[in-house]
Amino acid sequence: MAKTAISAHQLVKWFGEGDARTNAVKAASFEANFGEIFYLVGPSGSGKTTLLSMISGILKPDLGSVTIDNTAIWTLNNDELANFRLNRIGFVFQDYHLFPRLTTVENVAIPLILKQRDWDESIQEALRYLEIVGLKDRAQLPPFKLSGGEQQRVAIARAIVSQPDILIFDEPTASLDGDTGKKIMSFIKDEILNENRCVLVVTHDSRIFEYADKIMKMEDGAVTAIENKSEVK
Amino acid sequence: MKGILKIAFKLLVNDKGKFAALLMGITFAVFLMVMMTSIFSGVLRSASSVVINIGAKIWVMDPAVTTVANSIPMPDFVQDAVRSINGVKFAVPLYSGSATLRLANGAYQSVSILGLDDTSLLGRPELLEGNITDIFAENGFLVIKDSEINKLNNPHIGTTFELNEHRGVIVGIAKVAANGLFGMPTLYTTYNRAIQYIPSARFTTSYVLVEPKSVELVQHIKDEVKKMGYVAVTNEEFRENISTYYKYKTGLGTNILIMTLISFIVGLSISGQTFYTFILENLDKFGALKAIGAKSRELIIMIVFQAGFTALTGYGLGVGLCTLMIGLAKMRLPNYASVVTFGNLGIAFIMVLIIAIFSSLIGVRKVLKIEPFDVFRG
Repeated sequence: MAKTAISAHQLVKWFGEGDARTNAVKAASFEANFGEIFYLVGPSGSGKTTLLSMISGILKPDLGSVTIDNTAIWTLNNDELANFRLNRIGFVFQDYHLFPRLTTVENVAIPLILKQRDWDESIQEALRYLEIVGLKDRAQLPPFKLSGGEQQRVAIARAIVSQPDILIFDEPTASLDGDTGKKIMSFIKDEILNENRCVLVVTHDSRIFEYADKIMKMEDGAVTAIENKSEVK
Repeated sequence: MKGILKIAFKLLVNDKGKFAALLMGITFAVFLMVMMTSIFSGVLRSASSVVINIGAKIWVMDPAVTTVANSIPMPDFVQDAVRSINGVKFAVPLYSGSATLRLANGAYQSVSILGLDDTSLLGRPELLEGNITDIFAENGFLVIKDSEINKLNNPHIGTTFELNEHRGVIVGIAKVAANGLFGMPTLYTTYNRAIQYIPSARFTTSYVLVEPKSVELVQHIKDEVKKMGYVAVTNEEFRENISTYYKYKTGLGTNILIMTLISFIVGLSISGQTFYTFILENLDKFGALKAIGAKSRELIIMIVFQAGFTALTGYGLGVGLCTLMIGLAKMRLPNYASVVTFGNLGIAFIMVLIIAIFSSLIGVRKVLKIEPFDVFRG
């Protein structure tokens, strides 16, 4: 039986005050296991980004709890939570958020440098991960000289360089054409995912649903369905 | 921590346009601040040049004297009375005044004239040419070799001139530590010749120069002189009084202060605005760093390092530029009144630190306010 990577229980989040108060996430619960790709899907405004933020330890829920590999993350203080994210969670943001003034390899090395690793050692390690994503020859270029798909792969290399067991992708194919999006997801499934890693993907791109093991659908802040595609397969 | 600072450094210097703008702003501000205060220091030093050059330990004068150039003659008995004060080793008169010379070519030229005590020649300048005893020769004068000497048609030993229908002869060429403020050549002669050649009022002693027997007796001498209705000040106090006069009783100090403040505000505005834009442009990246796991204090360190590095580099460039400009100016104008002092550098350094702190604060405030959640929301 697969080990539980993420367990979210009755997560609730409100935004705003008074008449403008909105219930962004309504008692969302789910479990994602190691070795699977878990999709959060839904239309814009359905609360999936808010839910993703609460799961990844960057937005505190008003109610409910998040447990990642037996650690209740919202019981940690700010520094502990930052360390937890640094060591256990890898992020690939929708806009990548790569530093244009650093080289590609320096961008990839950032999590290692934040972990106080030696600069040269971090760069060497980052080069190894750039090789994994097939961009070693682009190591010394600034990110803005790369194509969208290449920037996506740099962001993936940055997310996995510190070997996190949870990987979070926010709309990974939003800025990519259909073919490149599929290639990226195929790469994630074949090269990044392993039995000790859980990949959480927020998307509304139905073209890549085929790569999911589980798909959780959200609408108006509520979980409407969870499909276990690996069981279907 | 070194790695984080290296990232901060690369983010800063690789943004060449902004880094250049930041450096230019701070360099320009430091240049102006140091230049303004250096000119002021130079003017103050020149204003006190006679006090510096004569070097007497205590100066006795009329209480109304504000600057060394505006002496108020005292009666001769003041010198005798001062000599009789317990604790005075010796006391000698000094004449300080100005006159108009008629040069050999018929041209007229204003000069400063200092008349030294005939017996001791206390405060005599260092001779470059000639013999000091020649000052006692008939019509003997020493001329100071400074940037103004050319106004006397490059005089040499033996050059003659006319002073109030008296013949004058240059018997020596000397140098002094500080040049005067008013752009006039300076002549030294004996006290008695000075008061004989230069028309004066009833009283002739500009200052009485005093050597105390010991430092402990200085206050006693001051008290005794005060009882006589005059004032005795030490060399340092006299220079400080002159400095205070120029700072607070003329428009000079206020104008320099205003210019220095304007330079500071210009530097603060340029660097603050540019640094703020730099932070704004990288705000989403800082948010991403926070999401990845950077702690707030690490981001603060990055920003403070960036602001501090820029400020210190700009400070160095500004001081260097200022020194270069003063050096170039002094090559053309040897008497150019500008002195870079540790005090000036300290003031500029404090102002640069304020600029760095201000720039850091606005950057830190912005970065601490961003939530990693905003990065997900775009």
